[in-house]
Amino acid sequence: MGVLTRVDGPLVEVCGLPEAGMFTLVGLGTAGIPGEVVAIRGDSATVQAYEYTGGLAPGDPAEAYGEPLSAPLGPHLLGGVFDGLLRPLTDAGTWLTAVRSAPRPKEWRFTPAVPQGHELGAGEPVGTVEGAGAVPYAVLTPVPGRVTAIRPPGRCAPDVPVASVGDRDITLCRRRPVRSPAPYRERLEELVPLVTGQRVVDLLLPVPRGGAAAVPGGFGTGKTVLLQQIAKWCDADVVVYVGCGERGNEMADVVAELAELTDPRTGGRLADRTVVIANTSNMPMMAREACVHTAMTVAEHFRDMGCDVVVIADSTSRWAEARREFASRHGELPAEEGYPADLASALAAFYERAGRVTTLGGRIGSVTVIGAVSPPGGDMTEPVTTLTQRFVRCLWSLDRDLAYSRHYPAVSWASSFARDADTLAGWYARHGIPGWGERRRRVASILAEADRLGLLAELVGAESLPAHERVALLAGRMLREGVLRQSALSAVDAFSAPERTAALTDGILAAIAECEAMAARGVPAEEIEGRDFSRLLRAKEQRAGPGAAGPG
Amino acid sequence: MWPEPEYTDVTDLRGPLIVVRGVSGVGWDEYARVRLDSGEERGGLVLEVDRDLAVVQVFEGTDAMTRRSVRVAFTGSPLKIPVGDGWLGRVCDGRGRPRDGGPPVLGAADAPVGGAPLNPTRRSPPAEPVLTGISAIDALTTLVRGQKIAIFSAPGLPHLELAAQIGAQAGAGGEPFCVVFAAMGLTHADAATVRDTLEERSAAGELTLLLNLAGDPVIERVLTPRLALTIAENLAFTGGRHVLVVLADMTSYCEALREVSVARGEIPARRAYPGYLYSDLASLYERCGRIRDRAGSITVLPVLTMPAGDMTHPVPDLTGYITEGQIVLAPDVDVRPPIDVLASLSRLMRAAVTPAHMDLAAQILAALARARQARELAELIGASALSETDRRFIDFELSFRHRVLAQRPGESRALEETMDRAWQALSTLPRPELTMIDSAELDARLPKEDERGGTR
Ligand SMILES: Nc1ncnc2c1ncn2[C@@H]1O[C@H](COP(=O)(O)OP(=O)(O)OP(=O)(O)O)[C@@H](O)[C@H]1O
Ligand SMILES: [Mg+2]
Repeated sequence: MGVLTRVDGPLVEVCGLPEAGMFTLVGLGTAGIPGEVVAIRGDSATVQAYEYTGGLAPGDPAEAYGEPLSAPLGPHLLGGVFDGLLRPLTDAGTWLTAVRSAPRPKEWRFTPAVPQGHELGAGEPVGTVEGAGAVPYAVLTPVPGRVTAIRPPGRCAPDVPVASVGDRDITLCRRRPVRSPAPYRERLEELVPLVTGQRVVDLLLPVPRGGAAAVPGGFGTGKTVLLQQIAKWCDADVVVYVGCGERGNEMADVVAELAELTDPRTGGRLADRTVVIANTSNMPMMAREACVHTAMTVAEHFRDMGCDVVVIADSTSRWAEARREFASRHGELPAEEGYPADLASALAAFYERAGRVTTLGGRIGSVTVIGAVSPPGGDMTEPVTTLTQRFVRCLWSLDRDLAYSRHYPAVSWASSFARDADTLAGWYARHGIPGWGERRRRVASILAEADRLGLLAELVGAESLPAHERVALLAGRMLREGVLRQSALSAVDAFSAPERTAALTDGILAAIAECEAMAARGVPAEEIEGRDFSRLLRAKEQRAGPGAAGPG
Repeated sequence: MWPEPEYTDVTDLRGPLIVVRGVSGVGWDEYARVRLDSGEERGGLVLEVDRDLAVVQVFEGTDAMTRRSVRVAFTGSPLKIPVGDGWLGRVCDGRGRPRDGGPPVLGAADAPVGGAPLNPTRRSPPAEPVLTGISAIDALTTLVRGQKIAIFSAPGLPHLELAAQIGAQAGAGGEPFCVVFAAMGLTHADAATVRDTLEERSAAGELTLLLNLAGDPVIERVLTPRLALTIAENLAFTGGRHVLVVLADMTSYCEALREVSVARGEIPARRAYPGYLYSDLASLYERCGRIRDRAGSITVLPVLTMPAGDMTHPVPDLTGYITEGQIVLAPDVDVRPPIDVLASLSRLMRAAVTPAHMDLAAQILAALARARQARELAELIGASALSETDRRFIDFELSFRHRVLAQRPGESRALEETMDRAWQALSTLPRPELTMIDSAELDARLPKEDERGGTR
């Protein structure tokens, strides 16, 4: 038993616990509030506490639990809502308190996959569990060896061994340290696109499976809505949605929606492929620091079963702020804007856990990370935004002016990037969709030209531009309104399948080509601009194939 | 009960902080009673305990204290206040002590002012309106029960009048409703306006007013909104009422927080505000909400003045990152209330109004945006160069300002009246421009084409 010597909010110092190692768990006070050792100096350990520390006093006892911060992984995850330490919130009371009762353990139906005596490699399945969400749930052995015992098919509790491999007991639920990435065999070089259903992303700024994307934007620019859309409609097997220091109402909303919506791919509920981690802004701050690691650990758990997993983190800035807050209490010398000097390496390590891999068991799985960034004052030069840009391959930068003019999603085509776009064009070409790269190139160049001319027109007035330039301006507007704009609230258009995105875009591109041809023939600009494009621009609101629409 | 031991060994006095030595068993976030030789008692909160040292933040400040004249007792629990219906109809100071000559407020139970986080899985998403009787708000930025939405203003604008008017007029469609108004750092004159405006509500036993005035202790401001929300949680979730909590002015609150932070020598973030300002504000604003299978709701309306009108200042910026929308007042809007409706947004509005209402609001906002563009163009190239359609949009904007936006301080408009006015304004536009509203609705709401010729 150690004793507490100092309490300053979530920072607690403990003496007399020589057995508590770095990044291992400690129970604080008589209630055993969980905390993690983050520094050791002499006989004293600094602990970051994951709950409200009110009432903790110097002299109170502390106990070393001896394991690193770990999360229980098991068949209960899909469809559940958890806090930052992966404790189920659905079992907790209306008002959250520091001490929680243990959740009711549920029984699961286990089916063995291998006979006794079978030789297994690490990461290979010993059996499967039924009814554990939208994906076939495999129970994997973390170690290689001979199956010395295996349970017959039937119901069993999560903590009862279902098999023994070598001398290791395998249970349905196991704890895994959250801060260290789960091992895999190798990273895969080939890039495969993740379809998000958001046109501006799938058409212009694609993200590969196993890639990392960041979404910076000032308040109200649409980060949460975009992320929720992707959580609902992207073609991943499993989605881990982390509300990190954001709003409770948003969490309630996303949970309610996921429970109601049908997964077009399985016919089940979308909730059944989703794990929600809710660490709202009024919940203890340091759990915010832990929750992104917890989310990654859950994602790797399903990746190892051969799933494509998407982790959605809203907002990574709150996570960085929790680190800053603790560093400041700890008296660390601040680097930029008070953030600790290790912010860059911490961000890098987080995004580095994304990837598409061959698992230890020989399957292919991926973890894609999409993180919101909330720059103070919308200032894109602040540390979290600038550092994050270095570690992601894909940036969907949200623009305040677009959002103010209600152009949603307000992804700026000019200040965003997708570094893998060309490689993904190659994937599309190899998979019988050769037009993808050319379409993207054409859309991007029309938008860039329209932006350039738009600035000019502001100075000299659009009327004074020659006809082909006025048509270029018109072309930009048609693409923005007819393709890039996509209301999350539309029953028809909230999700746009790749074929639909392609057809809508080609429809607009054809109309643009026609306008260009007219200008080349000498038709006056007014006449071209005066044509009624409304049917074309509203094609995205139509349920039927957009191919039928043309300028009226 | 045993009297709590009193400690007299004060080592430091610094800003609002005192450091007490020789304490034992004192927990973090405990409430402390600080007694002066004069007999005066002040309240404090333990910000840090380090072996036998406790750092205590004194709400009334350290004025007149010396190392020898102070005795500190720790209560063994966080600060609690009595809660219950007794708060209704009362006017108190920023610490909840009567300011209306009445007896101290008593309650059936005590509750810690810090509150506890509401389990997000127990929340039910906000879905009904709080009608304010103010057209611009009810039509375009509807308040939704259980949400938080801020009023952003600049010095010199009538944000307090507006907040008080909302407090006086708001209701929840006949269901039990009340207002908890927490004033932080208000001048006497402002406080008097608020009191007058809310007079009737108070007389009806539907108001709790907590007043921390500009001359009152600064650090007390850190407490005032917490008291208000604690009182509100009980009125809402035990009493089954819809409670509107107005917090004005949050800029003064944040300045008090900054004062404590600087005194503690903490590493500052932007503009010397503490790095935890976001979390601290969230711990207040997030106390709004509805709970599944329980009556009542808390709607939080923080009011703040943006220093120099700068929306990127940390206080409005971090508030905007937490609230579900904002109502922006702007000096260049020439009617009262000067709401800049294009910059304002209620994010949860869709859940609380009819689809037809939503279309109408979208149409008005789109038309106002177009009018603004036309005005800007006119400034550049002269009004004579505007097209006929552009001129109709500018007319529409004028009509909107005078028929919908402009509203007298005591005037409360029913939603139907607000809608009628909005339609009157829209009818100044050519019908083909109203593309966001479906035609059946247009047929029903607009005067027949032949009756409209030339009139405006
Ligand atoms: N794709 C969209 N379709 C329709 N409306 C949208 C879309 N994106 C954003 N909006 C509108 O913008 C509002 C704000 O969006 P959102 O909540 O996603 O902002 P945010 O960037 O997450 O802000 P914060 O940083 O404050 O959390 C939404 O409530 C909605 O009204
Ligand atoms: Mg958001």
